[in-house]
Amino acid sequence: MYIDPHVHMVSRTTDDYQRMALAGCVAITEPAFWAGYDRSTPQGFFDYFRQLTDFEPKRAAQYGIRHHTWLCINPKEAEDPVFAREVIALIPQFLKCENVLGIGEIGLNKNSRNELEILDAHLALAAEHGLMVLVHTPHLEDKLKGTRLIMDAIRNHSRLDPGRVLIDHVEEHTVRPVLDRGFWAGMTLYPDTKCTPQRAVDIFEMHGTERLWINSAGDWGQSDPLAVPKAQIEMKSRGHTLESVRKVSFDNPLKFLSQSGRFRIA
Amino acid sequence: MAPTPPPLSKRAVVDRYYLEHRAKVIDIAAFLDRVDRAQGDGADDFRRTALEACCRILTDGQPERARRVLELLSDHSTEPIAKSPMKGATGAVDLGAKGAR
Ligand SMILES: [Zn+2]
Repeated sequence: MYIDPHVHMVSRTTDDYQRMALAGCVAITEPAFWAGYDRSTPQGFFDYFRQLTDFEPKRAAQYGIRHHTWLCINPKEAEDPVFAREVIALIPQFLKCENVLGIGEIGLNKNSRNELEILDAHLALAAEHGLMVLVHTPHLEDKLKGTRLIMDAIRNHSRLDPGRVLIDHVEEHTVRPVLDRGFWAGMTLYPDTKCTPQRAVDIFEMHGTERLWINSAGDWGQSDPLAVPKAQIEMKSRGHTLESVRKVSFDNPLKFLSQSGRFRIA
Repeated sequence: MAPTPPPLSKRAVVDRYYLEHRAKVIDIAAFLDRVDRAQGDGADDFRRTALEACCRILTDGQPERARRVLELLSDHSTEPIAKSPMKGATGAVDLGAKGAR
């Protein structure tokens, strides 16, 4: 049994839902993200938010998977702050939808001033509504700097409790600073640019299993919606206990996400 | 919870992962050969230079190689940039570039 707390099912097939269910997936959370191209109007985001709050939960339910979501305009589309603020203004009307857990995946991409401004606007929205936050950290050479800028930006919002914020896509150079500042941390099992299952298990061995989870971030790129069960196998086959395997792939996401009051596994 | 050492012995770790990582080392060697054999400019590409610097970390005998390799490949500046030049990332920092970060 497992939870995949970060997977972009809008870009996956129904067959993937079936395979995930067969591998033991009982619940997922799907953050709003970049479609691979820039949407031309805020209305495009309105329809995307409808897909995330209405259509996708029904598709998941066919396989006994509980679907939850996080809403935002992602940092890759934050370089036009006027446009981004129009999208942010659409979010409050969706907050009453029962599968919305909070704001995400917000963060930075190239660590620009406009991205930081829009990150701050999202954080203000989360603070105002008492919402949880799921954070995307930048890729490759931009991750270390971006992770630091993001943590500083969150600290400026005293109403945001780091224990209700998860900073995702950590790797060996960012996991410690994130945990040390009281945030939750996510490891993304994604080919080429993030963690392999082997490295994720190494990180558990080096940093423990408190406030850490794993996810597939499966999306429209080359990625693997079965990455979480593959990491479970890696961990078990190294001789880790079933309790530790369950902790990182089920208990931890359950504990973090349950703070929303809306997360369900059945 | 405190860190837990791998339940496997050193020998078991090598038994289990050696061939996979032997193949990756040969991939790196072949990649560098491929760049050498290719035509035209790019011999001084910052990404190739960065990869060679990473290789030196692998054999320096010090711990936490993965963290140090990632740090070597990271932008260590602290101020946000004026505007995103692109959506993607290159995987290393071009220290020789105009306005290098
Ligand atoms: Zn994502």
